[in-house]
Amino acid sequence: MKIEAKNKSSSKIPTASIADIVFLLLIFFMSVTVFKQYQGLRVELPAAKATKKIERKRMITHIWIDAQNHINIDDMMVNLEQVTPILKKKMIENPATIVSIRADARSKYGVVARLLEKLKDANALRVNFATLSKG
Amino acid sequence: MALKIQKKQHYKKEAEIPTASLADIVFLLLIFFLVTTSMNPDKGLGITLPPPGEQARISKEKVLSIYINAEGKVLIGEEIVPLDQLEDKIKAKLKEKKNNLVKKGVRNPDPIVSLITDVEARYSAMVDVLDKIKLAFEELKKEDPKFKEILSLATPVF
Repeated sequence: MKIEAKNKSSSKIPTASIADIVFLLLIFFMSVTVFKQYQGLRVELPAAKATKKIERKRMITHIWIDAQNHINIDDMMVNLEQVTPILKKKMIENPATIVSIRADARSKYGVVARLLEKLKDANALRVNFATLSKG
Repeated sequence: MALKIQKKQHYKKEAEIPTASLADIVFLLLIFFLVTTSMNPDKGLGITLPPPGEQARISKEKVLSIYINAEGKVLIGEEIVPLDQLEDKIKAKLKEKKNNLVKKGVRNPDPIVSLITDVEARYSAMVDVLDKIKLAFEELKKEDPKFKEILSLATPVF
């Protein structure tokens, strides 16, 4: 006697909705991604416990200061005198600019202090010292 | 002849857009965005600088001065404070100042922290202390939500 399965159910994974799911993910990543515009300098950031996220990602201007106290804005090596005009221009373009200072832990505070003076002159008053979170 | 043409039109193809490869294309885009997205957000310690040219006069009793010398040693008032005791010390001093100011009936009795750093000090020394000040303010705000965080980075004269 032959035993036959009465109704074979076809085993298939429904793939029709995969595209929709992936689209959703894609849209999420597209909206979240902010492309890194500038390379910057190689710095070792200091760590701090009170580190907070900056909310408005797209309004940030980065200024790098490396251990040899070189200053770099938007991949341009600048000296202190050039900082004010560059920042003034940025403040006109976007008055809500936040300046994130990515200074090396080994750099001298004097350079940062001078830079802060120049930022003040350019009316760029919202400043953030980039740090790594600790603890 | 006429008969033949009629027969050909019988096989009408349904108009369809091939969507089988759509998932592949979207996957490819997804992987691209996954790879390029940097998940380490910008973070740090935020401060607001005073507007240029503004030199407000502040009564001395409001100000808590914290000094950092070239070696990274921290001085509050007259004593050198090690880094691990700094947060509690700042907290205690700020509370004391606030109480004194309230007792005296001063307007805006919010103490001001002034951080004065030697230009020869390492940047990390200043960030360490700034961190402690921020933590102290956070703690005080938890106890009293009306506690204002006022911080000034004193600028050395060049």
